[in-house]
Amino acid sequence: MIDFINFYLIPGLTLGSIYALGAVGISMIFGILRFAHFAHGDLMTVGAYAALTAVWVLGIPALAAIPIAIVFTCLVALMADRLFYKPLRDLPTIYTVIASFGVALMLRSLVQTFWGTDSEVYMTGFQKPVVLFDIFRVATRHLQIIIATALLTLALHLFLSRTQMGKSMRAVADDPALASVAGLDTERVIRWTWIIGAGLAAIAGVFVGLDTDVHTNLGWNLLLPMFAAALLGGIGKPLGAIAGGLIIGVAEEICTYPVFGESLISPSYKTAIAFVIMVLILIFRPQGLFKGRLM
Amino acid sequence: MELPGFVFYFITFFTMGGIYAILCLALNMQWGFGGLFNAGIAGFYAIGAYTGAILTAAGSDDHVGGFGLPILIGLVCAGIASGIVGWMIARICVRLKADYLAMASIGIAEIIRLAIVNEEWLTNGSLGISRIPRPLESVFSGRQSEVFFVVFVWIVVAVTFLVARRLQVSPWGRVMRAIRDNDAAAASVGKDVQRFRTETFVVGAIFMGVAGALSAHYFKFFSPDATEPLLITFLAWVMLIAGGSGNNIGAVAGALVIWAIWSLTEVVTQQLPPDWATRSSYIRMLLVGLLLQFVLQRFRSGLFPEKSPKLRVSDDR
Repeated sequence: MIDFINFYLIPGLTLGSIYALGAVGISMIFGILRFAHFAHGDLMTVGAYAALTAVWVLGIPALAAIPIAIVFTCLVALMADRLFYKPLRDLPTIYTVIASFGVALMLRSLVQTFWGTDSEVYMTGFQKPVVLFDIFRVATRHLQIIIATALLTLALHLFLSRTQMGKSMRAVADDPALASVAGLDTERVIRWTWIIGAGLAAIAGVFVGLDTDVHTNLGWNLLLPMFAAALLGGIGKPLGAIAGGLIIGVAEEICTYPVFGESLISPSYKTAIAFVIMVLILIFRPQGLFKGRLM
Repeated sequence: MELPGFVFYFITFFTMGGIYAILCLALNMQWGFGGLFNAGIAGFYAIGAYTGAILTAAGSDDHVGGFGLPILIGLVCAGIASGIVGWMIARICVRLKADYLAMASIGIAEIIRLAIVNEEWLTNGSLGISRIPRPLESVFSGRQSEVFFVVFVWIVVAVTFLVARRLQVSPWGRVMRAIRDNDAAAASVGKDVQRFRTETFVVGAIFMGVAGALSAHYFKFFSPDATEPLLITFLAWVMLIAGGSGNNIGAVAGALVIWAIWSLTEVVTQQLPPDWATRSSYIRMLLVGLLLQFVLQRFRSGLFPEKSPKLRVSDDR
C-alpha cells in the first residue's frame, strides 16, 4: 500500500498536475475562442526553454525562472494570436485549428533552430527525497509540483469567481452571443484567455523539465493527454480541466500497478490510457464530467 | 539504354511527388469534400505501409511475414486495413464538431505508433521490416525498376484521381458538399449527415493506406523512423490548401508544387554557413509553416479554386 502511494499515486499526481495546468488553457481557448489549440503543447516547450535560458544566463534555480518563462510564453502566444489566429477569426473555426497546427510546427522548429535538439536538464545531481511520517518518501520536485498546482488551482478559482475579468470569461465561455449583447469587451477577454492559458502552459513546461528533462518534443508529446483532460473536465470549465488532468495522470500510473504480480497493462502502452479515456468520453459523455459546452 | 543522372533526379522527385499526390487526393476527400479535419494522416499512412510490407515482404525469423503475396493484393489490403481504422474513429467523432475529430485523429496516430514500436512479433519493432519487394522486380532490375516504379505510382495516382473525380460529380458528392457547407440544411432535407461523413472519411483513409504501402515498396524497407510522421501530415495539409481544397486537380498540382518547393529549400539551405547547415531541416520546416499561414490568410482558395461540377440533368425527364 505504501509502495502504491510512493511509486504510483505521487508520480501520477505529479504527471496529472502537469496535464492539468496545460489542459486549463486548452479548455479555456476551446470554450472562448471555439477552437482546439494544437500549438498549446509547443507553448509549453517554449516556456521550458525560456526558463532553461534564464537558468543558464542568470544562474538561478528553475523555479525562480518561472516568471521569466511566463512572460516570454505569454508574449509568444499573444503574437501568434495577433499574426496567425486573429486574421482567421471570421472564418469557420476549423481554419484556425489548421493555423494552430502550423503554429505548433513553427514554434517547434524555432526552438530546434535556436536551442538545438539535445535533451537538457535544469540541474544535475541527486535530490534527497522528502520523508514524511517515516513512511512516505516523496521526491522534492514531485512535492513542489503538486503543491504549486494546488495553489495555482486555488488562485484560478478565486480569479474566475471573484474578479470582473474572471466572470466575463465564464460568461463568454457559457454563451458568447449573450455575453456580447451584454456589452462585454470580447477582445479583452480573448487577450486574458491567452495570458492565463499561456502562463499556465509555461509553468507546466517548466514542471516537465523539473520532473524529467527539457527536449523539443516535450509539449507536442503531451498534447493528447491534455486534450483528453480538457474533454474529460468539460470544454470551457477550467477547474474541470484540472480534475481531468489529475484523473488521467493518476490513471496512467495506476494502470501499470502490479495486481496479482502482473501489471494491468504493459507500461509501454501507458500513453494509450489518455486516448481510451478520450474515446469513452466522446462516446458516452461528450460534454465532459462537469457539463462543459458541447460544440 | 543508359539514362543521364538528372533523369533519375526527376524520377525520384516524381515518385515521392506521386505518393504525396495520392495522400493529397485522399485528404481532399476528407477535408475538401467533407470538411473533416484529420491530423493523423501519418497514422493511416503507417497502417498501409506496414500492411503492405508484412503481406509482401520476404520471410523473416523476427516477425510475422513471408506471405509473399502479390503487390496489388498488398495494396488492396493496406487500403482495407486503413479504412477499417478510419471507420472506427469516424463512427465515434463525426457527430461532433470537426475539432473533436481533429483531437481524436492525433490520438489514433499516437496509438498506431505505440503499437508499431511495441508489437515486435508483428512489425519487428524499431528495427523495421526489410526486403520489401518492388513490382515486377524479376523483369526490371536495378535502375530500370525505379523507372517502372514511377510509372506504377502514377497509375495509382490516376486511379485515385478517377475515383475522386467520380465521387465528386456523383449525387453523393453533391450531398457531401451540402453537408460540408451547411449540415443542418442537409439534414433537414433528409440526408444522413453522419453516414455521409463516415463514408467520405473512410474512403480518404483507404487511399492514405494505399499511399503508405506504395512508399514501403519504394523504400524497400519500413521502420518507425523511416518517415517523419508530422512532416508527412503537415506537408499533405500545406499541399492541399495551396493546391485548392475541394479541387482534385488542385490536390495533385499542390502536391507537386509544394514537393518541388520542399525539395528546392533543401538545395537552398545547403548553401548556408556550416554551423547553420545542421539546423537547415528545422528552418525548412519553419518556412513551410509560414507558407501555410500565408496561404491560409491570403490565398485560401488555392491554385485551382473549387468549382462545383455542372449538374447534368437528362432531357427525357
